[in-house]
Amino acid sequence: MVDRGPYAYWVILASFFVALVLAVLPMPEWLAWGRPEWVALVLIYWVIALPQRVGMFTALLLGVTLDVAEGAVMGQNAFALVAVALLALLLYQRLRVFSMWQQSAVVFVLTGINQMICQWVQNLEGAGAQTLFFLLPAVTSALLWPVVLHSLRGIRRHYRVS
Amino acid sequence: MLALLLADLRFNSLRYARSVMEVAVAPIFWVADIPSRLADWNEEHLVSRSNLLEQNERLRRENLVLQGRSHQMASLQAENVRLRALLNSSALLRDDVLVAELIGVSPDPVRHQLVLNKGEGDAVFVGQPLIDADGLLGQIVEVSPITSRALLITDATHSIPVQVNRNGVRAIAEGTGSLTLLEIRHVSATTDIREGDLLVTSGLGGRFPVGYPVAVVNEIVRDPGEAFARITATPSAALERSRHVLLVFTTKPDVGN
Repeated sequence: MVDRGPYAYWVILASFFVALVLAVLPMPEWLAWGRPEWVALVLIYWVIALPQRVGMFTALLLGVTLDVAEGAVMGQNAFALVAVALLALLLYQRLRVFSMWQQSAVVFVLTGINQMICQWVQNLEGAGAQTLFFLLPAVTSALLWPVVLHSLRGIRRHYRVS
Repeated sequence: MLALLLADLRFNSLRYARSVMEVAVAPIFWVADIPSRLADWNEEHLVSRSNLLEQNERLRRENLVLQGRSHQMASLQAENVRLRALLNSSALLRDDVLVAELIGVSPDPVRHQLVLNKGEGDAVFVGQPLIDADGLLGQIVEVSPITSRALLITDATHSIPVQVNRNGVRAIAEGTGSLTLLEIRHVSATTDIREGDLLVTSGLGGRFPVGYPVAVVNEIVRDPGEAFARITATPSAALERSRHVLLVFTTKPDVGN
């Protein structure tokens, strides 16, 4: 029986909005390379938790929004996030039974793929990174996964989002 | 998806859609800007009286000095216009500026862009030069009704025509993707350019007005094995610190000729 809280949609939307704000929040220069991929993290969480509700179309809309916010080439993040959502959709049944750190490892791979696609598109534009530092967000995202998982799970249960 | 990429990257056909969506993402920047606005508010409202008095005194002195200089400027400018009219060349007039405030910076470290709180409604246009108190910052690349996006001179995709202030040698300064470094390309090893030279905009290309400081030459490596000297320069403007920036409206001089 579906027992859905009254704010189900709003909670998902609000979490994406917060992720977008965190994604453009100004940071000191030495931290800039390590900014976790907040949007990808939140997206992965919702895909694993509610694959029937959040999927590739959400990822597409989210990606286009992020592209405009970042001033990236239209489609860069959309492409990357759709790929991430697709992989998460294929893996969600396995991911749910993984331990937290196993999930972190998968998140590392997924955000790494996200970064690789973004890098690839930026190279098309001629503005790619010179070093491998662009993979650093994959590491920080994986390390932050437990925090994201627990806080979003808490929120989801509190507002009975399903 | 690939069509979307291609449309934006190669054909620039999504400009209108982008400017509409830019309005939609404005709330994101508004929220992300709250911490720095709070810091500003703190600075403005939680200041001791003595500090304010001191600041007031300092500003008054600075104002006096600047006013004195601007009187001198006026006569020099008039003289300049007269001389240029004699030479039958176009005159340099004073540029009008609009103060804009930074509401966001590009989160991507390789992409040097700023989001400003002035847009189409304030007559901001694509290609408009952007300066701060110390020099040239960049140019506007995207305009939405209420915000605009500027590309900094240090972005890896940006180049700007410059000249050495001392002797007028022309060159192109390219961004490197590092906020503190510009590269001057294709300057032959025998060109008269020294460390410490000020590079100013040359006005060639017609996009930037003449004479705004761009960078100071930082290092010159003349390797006999290479065709060109390797020259790096440090941008004059406070690229990572400016919060208030100036949008330049160049008034086209109409000297009959």
